[in-house]
Amino acid sequence: MRKVYMDHAGAMPLLPEVLEAMLPYLNEIFGNPQSLHSWGDGARDAVEEARERVASLIGGSAEEIIFTASGTEANNLAIKGLARAKAEKGKHIIISAIEHFSVMNSARTLQKEGFEVTYIPVDGFGTVDPDEISRNIRSDTVLVSIMHANGEVGTVEPIAEIAKKFPEGGPVFHTDAVASTGNIPVDVKALGVHALSLAGNQFYGPKGSAALWLKRGVRILPLMDGGIQEGGRRPGTEDVPAIVGLGKAAELAQKDLPSRMQKLTHLRDSLINGVLSQIEHSILTGHPVQRLPHYASFCLKFIEGEAILMLLNSHGIAAASGSACTSRALKASHVLLAMGISHEVAQGSILFSLGLDNSGDDVTYILEKLPQVVDRLRQMSPLYSKFIKAQKG
Amino acid sequence: MLVYSEKVMQHFMNPHNVGEIPDADGVGEIGNPVCGDMMNIYIKVAKNKKGQKIIKDIKFETLGCVAAIATSSMVTEMAKGKTLDEAMKIKFSDVAKALGSLPPIKVHCADLAVRALQAAIENYQSKI
Repeated sequence: MRKVYMDHAGAMPLLPEVLEAMLPYLNEIFGNPQSLHSWGDGARDAVEEARERVASLIGGSAEEIIFTASGTEANNLAIKGLARAKAEKGKHIIISAIEHFSVMNSARTLQKEGFEVTYIPVDGFGTVDPDEISRNIRSDTVLVSIMHANGEVGTVEPIAEIAKKFPEGGPVFHTDAVASTGNIPVDVKALGVHALSLAGNQFYGPKGSAALWLKRGVRILPLMDGGIQEGGRRPGTEDVPAIVGLGKAAELAQKDLPSRMQKLTHLRDSLINGVLSQIEHSILTGHPVQRLPHYASFCLKFIEGEAILMLLNSHGIAAASGSACTSRALKASHVLLAMGISHEVAQGSILFSLGLDNSGDDVTYILEKLPQVVDRLRQMSPLYSKFIKAQKG
Repeated sequence: MLVYSEKVMQHFMNPHNVGEIPDADGVGEIGNPVCGDMMNIYIKVAKNKKGQKIIKDIKFETLGCVAAIATSSMVTEMAKGKTLDEAMKIKFSDVAKALGSLPPIKVHCADLAVRALQAAIENYQSKI
């Protein structure tokens, strides 16, 4: 059976060059970067080279990079660490309604500590209105966090426009760029932010490799107490292989970004056009233009996502869904609901996230199998039969 | 993805009794407010040789996950040929047991299927 992997948002394979770069640091170069001998030197040099590469990918400086073990950790450090460092100035923060759970739940923790949280709504495409943010900034607002690109529907937010509307001496501006970094151009100066989260596993680096970029001079409180690693802002012995992998992935992403984007955009658009034209009652979720080049996300009406995924899996196809039934909490995706999509329609959510390992033949295969899967499930859907009857009058 | 028993996957991949009975004697429509699943169960009622009312034919339509579809298939299979009294006594734990096992967070799907069956029988009884 043909196998087509289109769940790159969930996990990406390592690029062979990344694996190769990491291997020596799992073997002979095992030293601790903090050690004052030649074993430590090799590890330290590798970590610092990776720091340069990650900084270069996003247009920052090396000393502004704080390595973490996940995008979730980078977001936790940013939201809690930045807000707590400024708590004496004020206790109001602003986030969007479609943030990742690591931002959402960090904000909830701050709420318990006495912070007030304002949630900015999004439109039907999942886009935040920059004016809505500036309108909500108050004298006691210490932090604004708006994601660069959404990890469920791929909408890219107008971060630079939002930053331009910040008042002089206003709050710290953080963006969760985990889904975007390495996939579209990300430049901290062009975006105008003070802090940015990124994760290597979203651009062919290893899982467990991530970073927070923090503009020089911005204060942050660490989440953990420990030693002097990462300037004391993120203590703990460095995960040298992961950091090296992140650095290599960053170097490759920077070099190949235009060709990657071109390839993926082409594949994505043929998948989107194919699904929308071949499957009736399907809608594209997220912004039609301002979207990640590897995201093809839909709601297929009258059916449910977990059942779609299982039938696709039986054809060797991997995808993802934001339906209530696929979530452990039995709740529909907060992103889809915030975009004004009904619970009923959100049940049929499906996300194909493409990768460099995909080809035009993969798209053709999905366009052959997906309509069959949808048909089969609609044949047993009470909503669909009701709809057809109503149509016939 | 959740790990389902072989039996659940069999009923999901090849569900029994799918469809609508246009001239059904009883229809049960149940929606699950928790996850948004929907189930319709249609029954045809006839008398057996002893003169008891039995479910002669039964079909279902379900919008839902793997577990919702598999439990619908199983409950219709279990109810077919049973007297109305017997069918009313089918419990969600019986359906779950017949499927081997259900992941704990999917047990409510079996409950939904049982309630749809009961609603269909009650709908029939309300009409006679």
